Amino acid sequence: MIEVRDIRKSFDGKEVLKGISTVYEKGKTNLIIGQSGSGKTVMLKTLLGVHTPDSGQIIFDGQDYAALDVIEKREIRTQIGMVFQGSALFDSMNVEENIAFPLKMFTQKTDKQIKERVQEVIERVNLIDANLKMPSEISGGMQKRVAIARAIVNNPKYLFCDEPNSGLDPKTAIVIDELIQEITHEYQMTTVINTHDMNSVLQIGEHIVFLKNGKLVWTGNSQEIMHTENPDIIDFVYSSDLLKEIRNFHNKKKI
Amino acid sequence: MLKSIGKYFIMLGDMFKSPTKWRIMKNLIFKEIDELIIGSLGIVCFLSFFIGAVVTIQTALNLNNPLIPKYLIGFTARQSIILEFSPTFISIIMAGRMGSYITSSIGTMRVTEQIDALEVMGINSLNYLVFPKLIASITYPFLIAISMFIGIFGGYFAGVFAGYLSSEEFIYGLQDSFTPYHIVYAFIKTAVFGFLLATIPSYFGYYMQGGALEVGKASTKSFVWTSVAIILVNYILTQILLS
Repeated sequence: MIEVRDIRKSFDGKEVLKGISTVYEKGKTNLIIGQSGSGKTVMLKTLLGVHTPDSGQIIFDGQDYAALDVIEKREIRTQIGMVFQGSALFDSMNVEENIAFPLKMFTQKTDKQIKERVQEVIERVNLIDANLKMPSEISGGMQKRVAIARAIVNNPKYLFCDEPNSGLDPKTAIVIDELIQEITHEYQMTTVINTHDMNSVLQIGEHIVFLKNGKLVWTGNSQEIMHTENPDIIDFVYSSDLLKEIRNFHNKKKI
Repeated sequence: MLKSIGKYFIMLGDMFKSPTKWRIMKNLIFKEIDELIIGSLGIVCFLSFFIGAVVTIQTALNLNNPLIPKYLIGFTARQSIILEFSPTFISIIMAGRMGSYITSSIGTMRVTEQIDALEVMGINSLNYLVFPKLIASITYPFLIAISMFIGIFGGYFAGVFAGYLSSEEFIYGLQDSFTPYHIVYAFIKTAVFGFLLATIPSYFGYYMQGGALEVGKASTKSFVWTSVAIILVNYILTQILLS
């Protein structure tokens, strides 16, 4: 579980996060949504420890991150898996080496043990016949699977995903979303996903945090977001003309 | 400018924090030696041979007074190649070859969030990326030693086979008034240039911002500033070590 207590963050005098408090629960897919410039990325990077909050606390299973010493912080970081927007696979390594990387860096496992664990994770994310391929030789969807495999190979307690299905076709995007959700339930991780994709919100939004101009304006789940009367959410969810028409149609039907 | 210099020195300090496991680092160092040093052997040999040849021909054509002994052609070729052409000229070429490789590879990692991925995992990305290049640069003087040898051989080949002087005259000139300290001076310079060649391009790659276009711009900047640093340091070291 990750508890966020009143975090604030400013850049060059401009406050980007304005006192956000929320709880990201274990075994759930927690989504941060909002329009571009709403503070989603800063929020995620602050949770990851890339940015230090000006005030407030981030508590990882009872441990206040800011109060930890360097070694304890490193220990927390080794329990974090991250799926980047562009996958961020290491160009110089093949699929197998990319996935094995965290194990080689942070464990004392033998080469045989590492190979076994990598194969196990490769099978879990359904990566077929790609072990020795370089990242440039596989599709965007497969790259995302490799990124997920690399993120979970060391059994992390926390999984962070930054727009995991950006650049993917809608069908592959759903597959990736479902894979993240399945893995979250299976490994009982605290998963935090940064997205603005409404399909993801409806598909896997077990706990949704909506940010607007650096403020948390709404929390709920995928069912609640469809029926809320919050104007900011309505504006965000029904941003396209097609969705607005569907909403109007439903409202007329209700009357 | 001052801010960038300060940031460069901070980078040098940060590079030694939270070292990567030796098991991984060892492989990274060998990979960098292969890419930066062994991979440069071909171009260095080619350039050195022809630079040596041209220096010898030009010296021979300019020393046409019959009172000047011909062995001085060998002497001049040796001095030029050992003192300047191999350490400095080749290092400037390497600022293009090694420097652009280092800047573009690190810069691309920055653009594609690979550096962020390392940091999020709790890895000191500076140590992981720059330190192996720095250690690989320790072997750079070996490359320059080969360059000196090939350069002198190129001079011998051009001088003797074109009939400017005899083989004995060239070899006599090579040995005449030989000062071993000049070799020490050349290798001190080379070691410092190796350090600059590994760290300045790394700085430009690591701290670049933007996209693919900026990677190209960073490579150009890195070449320019590495060359400027080499020329300035060359002057300072020559003043200190030879005056």
